[in-house]
Amino acid sequence: MFRRTFTTACCGTLALAIAGCSTTGDDKPAATSSGKVTTVKLVTHESFVIPKDVQAEFTKTTGYQLQVLASGDAGKLANSVVLAKGNPTGDVVFGIDNTFASRVVGSGALAANEPKALPKSASKYALPGEAAHSLAPIDFGDVCVNVDDAWFAAKKKAKPQSLDDLTKPEYKDLFVTPGAATSSPGMAFLLATVAKYGDDGWQDYWKKLKANGVKVTSGWSDAWGVDYTAGGGKGTRPIVLSYNTSPADTIKDGKPTTSAMTDSCFRQVEYAGVLKGAKNEPGAKAFIDFMLGKKFQASMPKNMYVFPVDDQVKLPDAWQTAVKVPDKPLQVDPTKITKNRDDWLRRWQDAVSG
Amino acid sequence: MRTRLGRSLVPALAALIPLAFLAVFFLLPVSAMVARGLHLDGQWSLDAVRDVLTRPRTRRVVWFTVWISSLATLITVLLGVPIAYVTYRLKLPLTGLVRGLLVMPFVLPTVVVGIAFRSLLSTSGPLGFLGWDGSWQAILAALVFFNIAVVVRTVGGRWQSLDPRQAEAAASLGASPWTVLRTVTLPALRPAVVSAAMVVFLFCAGSFGVVLTLGGVRYSTVETEIYLLTTNFLDLRAAAVLSLLQALVVIALLLLTERITDRGETRLRSGTSVQQRVRRSDLPHLLLTGAALIFVLAPLVTLVARSLQVGDGWGLGHYRKLTQVGSVPLLQVSVFDALLTSLRVAVDATLLAMLLGLLVSFVITRRPTSAGGRRLLSALDATFMLPLGISAVTVGFGFLIALDEPPLDLRSSPLLVPIAQALVALPLVVRVMAPALRSVDPREREATAALGASPMRVFWDVDRRVLTKPLLAATGFAFAVSLGEFGATSFLARPENPTLPVVIYQLIGRPGADHFGMALAASVILAGVTATIMVAVERLRGRTGSW
Repeated sequence: MFRRTFTTACCGTLALAIAGCSTTGDDKPAATSSGKVTTVKLVTHESFVIPKDVQAEFTKTTGYQLQVLASGDAGKLANSVVLAKGNPTGDVVFGIDNTFASRVVGSGALAANEPKALPKSASKYALPGEAAHSLAPIDFGDVCVNVDDAWFAAKKKAKPQSLDDLTKPEYKDLFVTPGAATSSPGMAFLLATVAKYGDDGWQDYWKKLKANGVKVTSGWSDAWGVDYTAGGGKGTRPIVLSYNTSPADTIKDGKPTTSAMTDSCFRQVEYAGVLKGAKNEPGAKAFIDFMLGKKFQASMPKNMYVFPVDDQVKLPDAWQTAVKVPDKPLQVDPTKITKNRDDWLRRWQDAVSG
Repeated sequence: MRTRLGRSLVPALAALIPLAFLAVFFLLPVSAMVARGLHLDGQWSLDAVRDVLTRPRTRRVVWFTVWISSLATLITVLLGVPIAYVTYRLKLPLTGLVRGLLVMPFVLPTVVVGIAFRSLLSTSGPLGFLGWDGSWQAILAALVFFNIAVVVRTVGGRWQSLDPRQAEAAASLGASPWTVLRTVTLPALRPAVVSAAMVVFLFCAGSFGVVLTLGGVRYSTVETEIYLLTTNFLDLRAAAVLSLLQALVVIALLLLTERITDRGETRLRSGTSVQQRVRRSDLPHLLLTGAALIFVLAPLVTLVARSLQVGDGWGLGHYRKLTQVGSVPLLQVSVFDALLTSLRVAVDATLLAMLLGLLVSFVITRRPTSAGGRRLLSALDATFMLPLGISAVTVGFGFLIALDEPPLDLRSSPLLVPIAQALVALPLVVRVMAPALRSVDPREREATAALGASPMRVFWDVDRRVLTKPLLAATGFAFAVSLGEFGATSFLARPENPTLPVVIYQLIGRPGADHFGMALAASVILAGVTATIMVAVERLRGRTGSW
C-alpha cells in the first residue's frame, strides 16, 4: 500500500527527469483496437538468436509480433524468473536448462502447458514427473572434455582417453576447465563427475585433479581463448573443458585438429515454458509450438551452436565431419541437482580452492 | 527573515528531485532485495545477519576486499598524482593523447581486461615468468590499471585551476620547489586527492569481472560473493547481509574522508594556470609517467594484437566481420549501430547524471550554520554515494522485483538502461563538482548578492567561472562510465538495439571460431572511441575560458 502511494508520488518527478531522453522508443502498441494482445514477450538469455526470416515466419503463421527480452546467462535467467514469480516480465521463457529446471518449476513461476506436437525424438529429453507438464525440451548440447590431437601427435604422446586419465602424472598441468561456481559448462562438468564417481567419490576426484595441476578459470572464454593450445591464444594446456561441437571450430585442411572425449560428456537440455501470470498466454503457447516446429528447429545449430530436439533436422556440414554426439552422456536427475546444488558447489569450492 | 527562508527553501527543493530519482531507482530496488533476504514470514530475521557475518568464508572475503582495495587505492594515488602533474601542469607535446590513453581502461569491459591480463600473465605469455596468473598481484595490477584515470583526471583538473600566484609568491620568497609543493600545492589539492581515493576504493571494492577472471577460484571480494550467492545459490539472505555491509562501508568512508578534508578547502580564485616548462627536477615524474603509460599500454597492445590475429595470420578480418550484420549469426546489428546505440544511451545517461549531480552538488555544498543542518547534508552526501558502493547484482535483481507495478513497470522499458547508468555516474559527478563548488569563495557570492543580484545571477557570475573545467571533466567522466557500464545494465532486458558492451559480452561467451577475435576487436573500438571523445571534451575546455 505504502509502496504504491510512494511510487505514484515519485512519478511526476520522474516524468520531468526523463523528458530529455533521446532513446525513448516506447513499447510498440501491444494491442489492437479489438483488445487482442498481439505481442508475445519472450524472456531469454544472451545467447538466444532468432534469424529475421524465422521471426517473420512466426508472425505470418500466428499473427503475433515477437519481442525478445534477453539478459544474462542461464543461471541469471532462471533466478530472475523465480524472483519475478507471479508478475513476470514477459509471457514465455526459453533457456531454462536441466540444472535449473526443478528450481524454477518448484517455485511455481510457470503455468502448465502441453505443446501441440512434440517431435518424436523429443520425448527422451522430457523432464521427469510434474515438471514435464510445464517445460518443453527445445534443444540440447553436450559439454565434454576436448583434446588437442595435433598437440599430442606433435609431442608423440598418447591422448587421454577417460576422466580417470586426467588425474595421471603424464597429464600433469595439461587440463583447464571453467569453474563450476561461475560458468554453466563448468557446472555441467562438475555434474559429469558427480554422475561418474557418485556422491561419495566426486570430491576425491577433484582433489586428485587439483593435485595434478588442473587450472580452473572463471569462464569458458578464457579457458578456451587463453589457456587452451588450440584456442588461438597460444596457451599451454592441450586439454580443455568445452562442447562436443568445439572441434568443428578447429578444422584445418578439411579435418578437425581436436576431438571431444565422448565418455566425459554431460548433456545440457534447454526448455521453454509459459510464465504464470502471462498477459498473453495463447501467444506464449503459440511460440513454444513454433520453437518445436521444423523452421525454428532447423535454425538452431547454425545460430546457437546447439542440437535441436528434432533429430530429423539436417545438421551443418562441419558438424558431420567433426562432431560426435555421445550415445550415453553422463546424467544426474534434475530434482537431485536442485536439492544438492548448493551443497555440491560449496564442497567443490572447498576441493579446488583449498 | 525572507532571505533566511529562501536560503533553505531553494536547496530543499533542489534536493528533492535527485532524492526522488534515487528513491525510486536505487533505494526502492535495493531495499526490496534486502527485504526479500531478511524479511521472512512477516518478520525480520536478524539472526541471519549474525549467521552470515560469522561464516569463516564471509570473514575471508571481507578481509580480502578491504586489504586489496586499500592497497590498490594507495598505489593508484601514488602513481596518479605525479602523472596528473605531468599531464596537466607541464608544457609537453601530446599530453592530450596521453590523457586519452589513460582513460581507455576505464571503459573496457572487465571480462575483456581480465582476458588481456591473463594473456600477458599466463604461463606462455610474455610476463609468464612472474608467476602471477591467478594470484592477488594480478588482481591488484588490474585494479590500478582500471582506476588510474580517476585519480589523474580528478587531481589534474583541480591542479589546472589552482591560482599559481601563491606558489609563485612562495617560490620568490626562497622556498624550494619541494617546500612549495608541501606547504602550498598539496594542501590545495587535498580535497581532490581524497575525493579521488574514495571513488577508487569503492570502484575496487565493487569490481567484479576482473576479480572473477583473474582471481581464479582462490580469491573473491564481497561483490563477487554477492554475485555467486544471488545467481547460483539464490541465497538472498546472505546477499542481503553483504549488501548492507557494503552500504556501511560507503558511509564509513564518507565520514573518514570528511575527517581528512575537514572542509578546509582552499579558496580558489578562478585562476587559469599557465603550463610550466619542464625543469630538471621534473625528471622523476616524467619517468614515472612513462612507466605508467607502458603499464597501461601493455594490456591494450595485447588486446589490439589479438584482435588482429586471424587464424594463423594477421589482418583486419575481425573488424570487417563486425561491420557486416550476420557475418556470424549472433551479430544482428553492425558494430556501427551498436556504437551509435551506446552513444545515444550515454548521452541520455550523461544528461541525467549531470542534471541530478549538479543539483546534489549544489545542495551538499551549502554551509549551514547549525550542527543539525551539517549532519543532514552529510547524510545526503552519503546517500548519493551509495550507488558506487552497492552491488550491481543487488540493484539489477532489485529492478526486477521492485519496479514491477504500474505506473512503474519499467522492467522491459528501454529507459531503464540510461537510468541505471546515470545512477553509477551520478556519484562521480558529485565527487568532481562538490569540491569545486566548495572552493568558491563565499565572500564573492555574498558581495555579489549584496549588490542585489538574484541567486541565479550570483551563480552565473561567481560559480560558473570556477566551474567550467570541472563541469567538462565531470561530463566526460559520466559519459565514459555510461559507455562502459555493464553491471546493473546486464540485468536489464536487452533492448532491441544492443549497446556495444552487450555485443561484446554476447560474442565473448560463445564458442565459435571468430567470436573471440571479434569481441576483442569490438572492445578496441569501444575504448578508442571513448578515448577520442574524452580528448575532444578536453579540447573544448581550452576554448571555453571566455563564455
